[in-house]
Amino acid sequence: MQTTVAALPPRHYLNDGFGIRSWLFTRDHKRIALLYLATITLFFFIGGAMAVLIRLELATPAGDLVTDETYNKLFTMHGVMMVFFFLIPSIPATLGNFLVPLMIGAKDLAFPKLNLLSWYIFVVGGLFTLYALISGGVDTGWTFYTPFSTISSTSKVVPTALGVFITGFSSILTGLNFIVTIHRMRAPGMTWFRMPLFLWSIYATSLIMVLGTPVIAITILLVAAERLFHFGFFDPAVGGDPVLFQHLFWFYSHPAVYIMVLPSMGVVSEVVAAFCRKPVFGYRIVAFASVAIAVLGFLVWAHHMFVAGISVYAAMIFSVLSMLVAIPSAVKVFNWTATMYRGSISWQTPMLYAMGFIGLFTIGGLTGVFLATLAVNVHVTDTYFIVAHFHYIMVGGALMGYLGGLHYWWPKISGRLYPEFLAKLSAGIIFLGFNLTFFPQFVAGYLGMPRRYHAYPPDFQVLNVLSSAGASILGVGYLIPMAYLMWSLRYGRAAGSNPFGAVGLEWMTTSPPPTENFATTPVVAWDAYDYKGEVEGRVA
Amino acid sequence: MLPDAVEHHHPALAHQFDSLAQQREAAALGMWVFLVTEVLFFGGLFATYAVYRWWYPDAFAAASHELDILLGGTNTAVLITSSLTMALAVHSAQLGRRRLLLLFLIATMALGCVFLGIKGVEYYHKFVEHHVPGPGFEFEAAYARQAQIFFSLYFIMTGLHAVHMIIGIGIMLAMFWMSWRGRITADYYNPIEVSGLYWHFVDIVWIFLFPLLYLIGRHA
Repeated sequence: MQTTVAALPPRHYLNDGFGIRSWLFTRDHKRIALLYLATITLFFFIGGAMAVLIRLELATPAGDLVTDETYNKLFTMHGVMMVFFFLIPSIPATLGNFLVPLMIGAKDLAFPKLNLLSWYIFVVGGLFTLYALISGGVDTGWTFYTPFSTISSTSKVVPTALGVFITGFSSILTGLNFIVTIHRMRAPGMTWFRMPLFLWSIYATSLIMVLGTPVIAITILLVAAERLFHFGFFDPAVGGDPVLFQHLFWFYSHPAVYIMVLPSMGVVSEVVAAFCRKPVFGYRIVAFASVAIAVLGFLVWAHHMFVAGISVYAAMIFSVLSMLVAIPSAVKVFNWTATMYRGSISWQTPMLYAMGFIGLFTIGGLTGVFLATLAVNVHVTDTYFIVAHFHYIMVGGALMGYLGGLHYWWPKISGRLYPEFLAKLSAGIIFLGFNLTFFPQFVAGYLGMPRRYHAYPPDFQVLNVLSSAGASILGVGYLIPMAYLMWSLRYGRAAGSNPFGAVGLEWMTTSPPPTENFATTPVVAWDAYDYKGEVEGRVA
Repeated sequence: MLPDAVEHHHPALAHQFDSLAQQREAAALGMWVFLVTEVLFFGGLFATYAVYRWWYPDAFAAASHELDILLGGTNTAVLITSSLTMALAVHSAQLGRRRLLLLFLIATMALGCVFLGIKGVEYYHKFVEHHVPGPGFEFEAAYARQAQIFFSLYFIMTGLHAVHMIIGIGIMLAMFWMSWRGRITADYYNPIEVSGLYWHFVDIVWIFLFPLLYLIGRHA
């Protein structure tokens, strides 16, 4: 043990001040990243507990474990927690916070106090939602559809909605901070086209955060005003239109899917390059694909509303636009694959997650094209096909990328290595458990099993038992990394500044980095993924 | 251009920046990005307004006639004047004229308060006339339902605008404090400049709200 402790740098951001105050009042982007990491992990396990109960209920066709009303609250809270309090902040607020300044060679984000404020806002929003959960829950589904949410529901709609509203500001401030930082804080020589692709992804994500989040904020405020003060915005009784709510809601909530998955794509680009020891194939195309996904993402929202009574012409246009998103997405998948071609691939844990992402995202993306097709969409609307599709994107895609990134940069964050064998094992368990959980749902949904019911016809039981069994495997797969990452914080071997032999400014400083990130501001004279540069001694 | 020693070792220079110029650019860009989010925030309301105005033009015109155009017009003039004093405050800060800066900040805050006061009077009138949406709402029978949507929009749009005004006055108080303590100089006036951007934005929102809410069907 003595030798490993000695191998960490004597001075780094983790030992620069101790005690609770040094964390709660920190302005260091790296510490704020860890505050976020702890908070979203908590929300992840709360949301996961709801999922466990949902899958337990669905193990038998009869609705026997929980009542129908409790079940409604379970899937609502599962969605609210996972979407707003885990997936949306996941990579941007943790890895993004940690890495954006490091990757561009800056001392910190442009607005460190704002960064800390955004964490506090996030916590306050989370507390509102936890209060709603404890004091009775909410049963509208995470989508808060009117008029049920404004008139009929008797559950805690307003506290939950306010929690989401408040959290939105944390998202806006984080996005704003990243945009300004990437524009104004890059080290000398770090041009836009020398930036790692992770930063392009984070930049595109930030654009969505900044442009989309205010719209859901105002939408939620209108729902709250309608519920609290009987204002009429969406109430048919005074001539209001519930479908207008859906337009406003999905104007944010569809792009929000890209808030979740774009950062994971950024992680995959970094990981694939590092573990194939090659530059990402078609760097500029992949960079522009991120921006294209962000832009196109704003033009497709009504594909959530094909059966809500929108005009058939609108539906046709949104159908075509939705399919266009497949183009930049496929560009990325093909380019990662091309990067691997004739690369010297090493199958370490982050690479396993990246491979998992590429495969599962492809399935999720292709079923997305099915759903953009009007006739198929009408057939499978509100069935488990939809549930399976978006879990392939959000869990198979976004979460796989998050875990891959967490492993890849863990030695940089903690200064220590995680146990490789256990990590590979749990990556395998997660991949198997994930597919066993969600693939049967495609079949069940295609056969007509609707979502959001706590009971179902016995014909679907085999598929549901498979799914519940998979969920238990998946749960184990999430607990193992939780355990060994915590263990490695104290007992892991010291990593050294660059354990994977990767290139990028973040690997040129110590692990963990000093509070000011770099002893002297780096001057960049090479492109991203300059793996040929290793021989010229540019890699630490 | 400042001498190097001032530019890189100014007391107002935050640790993460290399120079005052970089800090100034970052602050301005940050505020512009924030204003973009504000445009989209109000954009959701304007979209809602557009849909219902298109559907119920007669009800909207009838409900709009209930608004007090004199008070609304006065408030428009008050706000435009406050934008002038704000611009003069920024100009004084650039020139390093502290007393003038303090004076214009006070004028801006005072005009902001006048605006809010007049707005409060208008709200009171609507309350007395039973034009607040909800169970107590009363309106001529033909438009009784749809006029509620107009007044719901009226209250939420002007209400959120008023919240922005209150925040703006709070920011001006903070600016006044900073200027009073001598922390605003000709070298370092970003806080005033950036706050000014916010103040002008809130004014511009009103410039859209006034015709959309008060002037429907008045051209005939």
